[in-house]
Amino acid sequence: MAKVIPTGPFHPILEEPEFFKFHVDGETITKIDIRIGYSHRGIELLSEDKTWDQVPFLVERICGICSYSHPYGYCLAVERLANCEIPDRAKYIRAIVAELERLHSHLLWMGLAGHFIGYNTVFMWVWKWRELVLDALELTTGNRNHYANIKPGGVRRDIEDYMIPKLEKWIDELEPKCEMLIKVVMDDPVLHARLKGVGVLTKQEAIDYCALGPTARASGVAIDARADHPFDAYPLLDWKVISLPDGDVFAKAAVRLLENLESIKIIRQAIKKLKPGPIVNEIKEVPVGEAIGLYEAPRGETFHYIRSDGSNMPIRHKVRAPSYMNILTNELSCVGADLADGGLITAAHDPCYSCTERLSAVNDSIPENVLNSKEIARLSREKTKSIAEKFQLESNVTTDKK
Amino acid sequence: MSLFLKALKKSPWVFHVNAGACNNCDIEILDCLTPRFDVERFGIKLVGSIKHADALIISGGVTANILPRVLEIYEQAPKPCLVVAVGSCGCSGGIFRDAYNMVGPIDHYLPVDVFIPGCPPRPEALIAGIVKALGKL
Repeated sequence: MAKVIPTGPFHPILEEPEFFKFHVDGETITKIDIRIGYSHRGIELLSEDKTWDQVPFLVERICGICSYSHPYGYCLAVERLANCEIPDRAKYIRAIVAELERLHSHLLWMGLAGHFIGYNTVFMWVWKWRELVLDALELTTGNRNHYANIKPGGVRRDIEDYMIPKLEKWIDELEPKCEMLIKVVMDDPVLHARLKGVGVLTKQEAIDYCALGPTARASGVAIDARADHPFDAYPLLDWKVISLPDGDVFAKAAVRLLENLESIKIIRQAIKKLKPGPIVNEIKEVPVGEAIGLYEAPRGETFHYIRSDGSNMPIRHKVRAPSYMNILTNELSCVGADLADGGLITAAHDPCYSCTERLSAVNDSIPENVLNSKEIARLSREKTKSIAEKFQLESNVTTDKK
Repeated sequence: MSLFLKALKKSPWVFHVNAGACNNCDIEILDCLTPRFDVERFGIKLVGSIKHADALIISGGVTANILPRVLEIYEQAPKPCLVVAVGSCGCSGGIFRDAYNMVGPIDHYLPVDVFIPGCPPRPEALIAGIVKALGKL
């Protein structure tokens, strides 16, 4: 017999408010209902009354983990519209901070995944190493999260010479840890047994559902906005897109772990290529028109669309976060899995609900779809009334007969 | 001081609610548990149910959709329950103050004991805030 297990909106395995309804048959999940929208804040509308330079501060607060990705996507769009080429130094600074963010996001996910499957040691270790990345971010940008380092036309804060030895030291310290983590995950027989073949998303399904980022790359779809739509420093650096064919949770973990090493490689090269020079090419005017910016966030491709009427504010700003596509793949990868794996699979593509939150509108003019308590009470009273009237009618009829 | 309050101060268990935050305060709260800060050595523990908790940590300015759920959670909490508002949004609504879907900071609805400002507050600030909240008992 099918049963429904509601999970959320506040549940110990979920960091953010979201709601899953697992339909189960015994231990097996047969269907999953996803309900989001608890964190919807109305950022797109807020963005329309901020000036071009103020918007990055708003969009980096879309999500605390991708707080460099959203402003990056937005700045790429504005620069494309204003036809602005940013200075070389700014390109490399952007690459350094962006890759540090990717490291911090992937390590964070790895820790949480370890926590879900009961490897709390992995959780504690990984979050300890993640502090090195946060230290590096604090040194280069001035804050542990929400860096406020990027602006249309360049960056706000330079990487000074005294920072570079420290940065290199922390990266050197981190690299063996990342390599060790890969060995720990790849060679552990328990993890193999636990994660292989769980929550499989095939290549065709990933394409059909438009999966993005590590979720798609773990299913053998080698898409990466940094390589497919090259921007800033990425075409000038040597790195490769990691892709694995399996599509299960193990592959999703492995892709992220291998990407950590690529990120470290990019940071090392970018530090070497830093040459003295200006860090910003001020944009004086944004012409009439529209543009899009595509940036590869740690979770996948972030899409920003802006439209300008030549004033100092965008008249439309549309954001699509990668989790919006990836959350839907749960519908496929959860079905047939054990209930015990449900939490892990829904977390495996590193969902970010504050990025994704949409507003669902209910049309009030169709009352038969939605009934509130008042309406149900009204219906109930009307029924009583109609029954009472019927009785009265019948009694009237009987009295008539008499 | 009653035995109950004495025990509570010795080892406060906290429950954490994200009421429309950007995730960052929540990560910093989780960060407090991990080796560098490790608040568990002071007996502070993040628990999975509000029914076991002594303190409710709320991050984020409150969205219209989440408010009834947060109030319900507070009702279920065993009293006395300390309420701690975390982050600029939790204290004042922050950058999202004027958004159409925000119904105002949490202190309009619940008695907040301690406000911890910052975007996001550093883990040190979070620990100091919780300790201050305990001082109120």
